Amino acid sequence: MSQTQDAAVEQIPVTVLTGYLGSGKTTLLNRILTENHGQRYAVIVNEFGEVGIDNDLLVESDEEIFEMNNGCICCTVRGDLIRTVQNLMKRRGSFDAIIVETTGVADPAPVAQTFFMDDDVRAKAKLDAVIAVVDARHVLQRLEDTEEAEDQIAFADVILLNKTDLVTEEELATVEARIRAINPYAVRHKTERCAIDLKAVLDRGAFDLDRILSLDPHFLEHGHHEDECGPDCDHDHDHGHHHHAHGHDHAHDHECGPDCDHDHHAHDTPHSVKSISLRQGDLDPNMFFPWINQVTQIQGPNILRLKGILAFKGDPQRYVVQGVHMIVEGNHQRDWKADEPRESRLVFIGRDLDFEALKDSFNACVAE
Amino acid sequence: MPTLAPVDAQSFVVRAGFLKDVPYFALGDGDLCFVEGAESRTKAHKAGLLAAVEAEDGNSLITSGDDGKIMQISADGSAEMLAERPRKWIDMIAAGPSGAIGFASGRTAWVRMPDGKEREFTHERAVGGLAFAPKGLKLAVARYDGVSVWFANADAAPTDYEWKGAHLGASYSPDGKYLVTTMQENALHGWRLSDAQDMRMSGYPSKVKSWSWSQKGRYLATSGAQAAICWPFFGKTGPMGQNPLQLGTRGDSTVSCVACHPKEDVVAVGYLDGMIMMCRFEDNGEVLLRRPGKSAVSAMGWDKMGLRLAFGTEEGEAGTISLI
Repeated sequence: MSQTQDAAVEQIPVTVLTGYLGSGKTTLLNRILTENHGQRYAVIVNEFGEVGIDNDLLVESDEEIFEMNNGCICCTVRGDLIRTVQNLMKRRGSFDAIIVETTGVADPAPVAQTFFMDDDVRAKAKLDAVIAVVDARHVLQRLEDTEEAEDQIAFADVILLNKTDLVTEEELATVEARIRAINPYAVRHKTERCAIDLKAVLDRGAFDLDRILSLDPHFLEHGHHEDECGPDCDHDHDHGHHHHAHGHDHAHDHECGPDCDHDHHAHDTPHSVKSISLRQGDLDPNMFFPWINQVTQIQGPNILRLKGILAFKGDPQRYVVQGVHMIVEGNHQRDWKADEPRESRLVFIGRDLDFEALKDSFNACVAE
Repeated sequence: MPTLAPVDAQSFVVRAGFLKDVPYFALGDGDLCFVEGAESRTKAHKAGLLAAVEAEDGNSLITSGDDGKIMQISADGSAEMLAERPRKWIDMIAAGPSGAIGFASGRTAWVRMPDGKEREFTHERAVGGLAFAPKGLKLAVARYDGVSVWFANADAAPTDYEWKGAHLGASYSPDGKYLVTTMQENALHGWRLSDAQDMRMSGYPSKVKSWSWSQKGRYLATSGAQAAICWPFFGKTGPMGQNPLQLGTRGDSTVSCVACHPKEDVVAVGYLDGMIMMCRFEDNGEVLLRRPGKSAVSAMGWDKMGLRLAFGTEEGEAGTISLI
């Protein structure tokens, strides 16, 4: 890695905005560009639209997907982004952060992978978070029609459920349940016209191993029994004890909302993303690392995101991992606290994942 | 002993060199800085300068920027706009024979002919780099999955050289026998043009972003490793089956920029930590020209006689190094 010896320069944070046409992406972008927050943003858009043009750091970039010649079919990067980020670095003092707006139908993975797979980009910029703007009124239809809408939700660290004023409460609840079923680990916000405190979408550190779990309260602190509920769950959960005092529902199982005995679309639709949460005690690193490598090598194309916090036998430190498709990175984070149960948890969000097989093979990594 | 005269460029140095013996520094903030006794600055581009290349006659610099403009700037600071593509970031330019200019953005390349007429060449995928052939008005366009070579004068289909992957930069050997590209992978690719024989030059730990042909085109020096990797291009087979020279090897940094001496088999090697060394091909003899600084060496250029080297870094440290 070329940056290791010359890491003096701080990496510029990059926020990726996804969302279907009409979801409100541009509204959010305009908010970011016009609100008085003291930050200067360079913005990479797929086309000049209604975004304020009085910004010489606004650049149009045609999506160019580069496949890497390494035999890995999901290892794609955005060639145009590599180029644009390098060009921006020639005037680095003139902005504080970068925002990438993707086309409505874009797969977010190549964008994210660009910031891990290209050494030059990686040395200069770091992915902060993927934000998905979702149109509450039309999202269910989009999810029926396309894979991209599901990918965008599955991939997101933060989801803005927008246009909530255009749906009834019941409709909103249905939409929320559906989103939660795809991705229970994203932070969700309900908005009208993308009105939101920008702190909720910017500077999230969602890919930062040091911050990986502090963003994810239900994953971090609350010991829900995600793994007890298999992919075919239709039994009645007692959800009462899962709810928390602070407002929004925490999703605590991989695909059932509060009313989980309703018909699960995820089971029926051909393209269905699920999340899987695995839990165990201390793991054997000599078992775990070959296993995670194998899982991501073989099932990488179907794994959209993975995150984990792991306890290795005899290791006083927490080990955290995160990944996108076949890319996995991990590191020691900090010591386990005395009052903290040593526990290994690993979450996959993906398509056509064999829950039972993953669970069994993960369980085989438990330290003797 | 080499002597270093620093210049406070204050911005990413995109290109450094000499126009009619006057040191210049083309800067990311859009300025062109000349140092003839005192510093003088010309605003070449309002927002930012993305690329710069010396005109073939060495009397002017062609620059392109965030403002979509292609400018020609002489050593006296006088500037003329040659072309404009509003709202495009033009980050690729090439200087051709008789004042022809090639430039590109996205999937399109253009040639501005010596008479001012423009021609457009579109490609299915992203353009990565441009190079004019040493003879004839031919523009090689490195693109996704290969290179297209266009006759800028004629309405003919291009000659295509295919190799899977993203090709990012293009360069002809000075004798016109070989065409070489840098790739998104850590490798160079090349073609022997007589028979389109493929050549792969790999083994780099990082991407090749700087390269330079040695005098008479005997070697192609490249960045991207802990040494300057210099591929032999003499003999019938060029680099095929041959090992490259490795000059200026360091254990603690990576080469970020190379510039071959115009008269001798010597290359200036700049590193990620800002150090610059001069290395002789024959015996790997080394002379330290600059100690490590704040950031990576991003540009270097020799004067015509090879007595002075202009250099610049990503953080805007710059200067000239005089060998005598």
